[in-house]
Amino acid sequence: MATAKPATGVVILRKAVQIFGELLITAGIVLLLFVAWQLWWTNVESDAKQTAAVKDFARDLGGPVAAAPTPAATGGTAASGPKDYGTPVVGEAPGHGGTIGIMYIPRFGENYTRPIVEGTSGDVLDTLGLGHYGNTSMPGAVGNFAVAGHRQTHGAVLDNIHTLVPGDKIYVQTRDGYYVYVFRNNRIVLPSEADVLLPVPNQPGVRPTERLLTMTSCNPRFGSEERIIAYSVLDRWQPASAGPPAEIAAQVARARGEG
Amino acid sequence: MYGWIFRHLPGPLWLRVLTSILLAAGAVFLMAEFLFPWMSQFTQFTDSTIGAPRNP
Repeated sequence: MATAKPATGVVILRKAVQIFGELLITAGIVLLLFVAWQLWWTNVESDAKQTAAVKDFARDLGGPVAAAPTPAATGGTAASGPKDYGTPVVGEAPGHGGTIGIMYIPRFGENYTRPIVEGTSGDVLDTLGLGHYGNTSMPGAVGNFAVAGHRQTHGAVLDNIHTLVPGDKIYVQTRDGYYVYVFRNNRIVLPSEADVLLPVPNQPGVRPTERLLTMTSCNPRFGSEERIIAYSVLDRWQPASAGPPAEIAAQVARARGEG
Repeated sequence: MYGWIFRHLPGPLWLRVLTSILLAAGAVFLMAEFLFPWMSQFTQFTDSTIGAPRNP
């Protein structure tokens, strides 16, 4: 009789401790699953969506995918370099979420083919990769064509932004043609320094003369205390009818699913 | 808790094992679909824009 009551209490206590322990283990497993989801699964999901977006856009474009003939092949001298097509055509910005074009960055790997989408809100950056700042110029324009992309998670489109070397080519393909930018420099700034997106970065009110491409991402790689800003300058452009630059012709064909 | 659930599942052992696997998979799916996207706003991996804060 005296032993029955404490035994019930002990049993209840044991049950409570067991349930509490199981809940703690569950919380631990849930957190581990969350880390796996965030750092791995979001990339899987975004890669699939971006590949589909690139394919849709590339199919829709039409135009030749064979490389433009080199000057030597057409009788020109090698010294004359690629043909000059004059002032770049600047397209109209699509609505929010519309695809502007495709970015090819050979430094990030020969399969680096990512869509550029209008807008920098979460719905764009968390699935479709590179988002165009709506208040900045379009590709090829005098001024600043600025895009943002995640360094980690959701495709990690700009994970290797720190590996760009001055002189690296960055290709932007739009409906109008191919814009070849050359990487110039990068800066690491505080997240509040929006002046890096100005037509002439960090010089408010100054009339731009250069055609810039600015890419922003978080810094350090697994943090967001700072932003890394990569500047590139337009080197040349060629219309869609001229075909892609020879360096990325294979990639352009692959993007369309013909490679 | 989990032991209690397992004991109260219907059917023979193989069916209860199968049911628990399905329940676990369902829980993971629900978390990946609803809980984790909500939790990710508290991490800092996704701040890659500059200037004005992200407005979804």
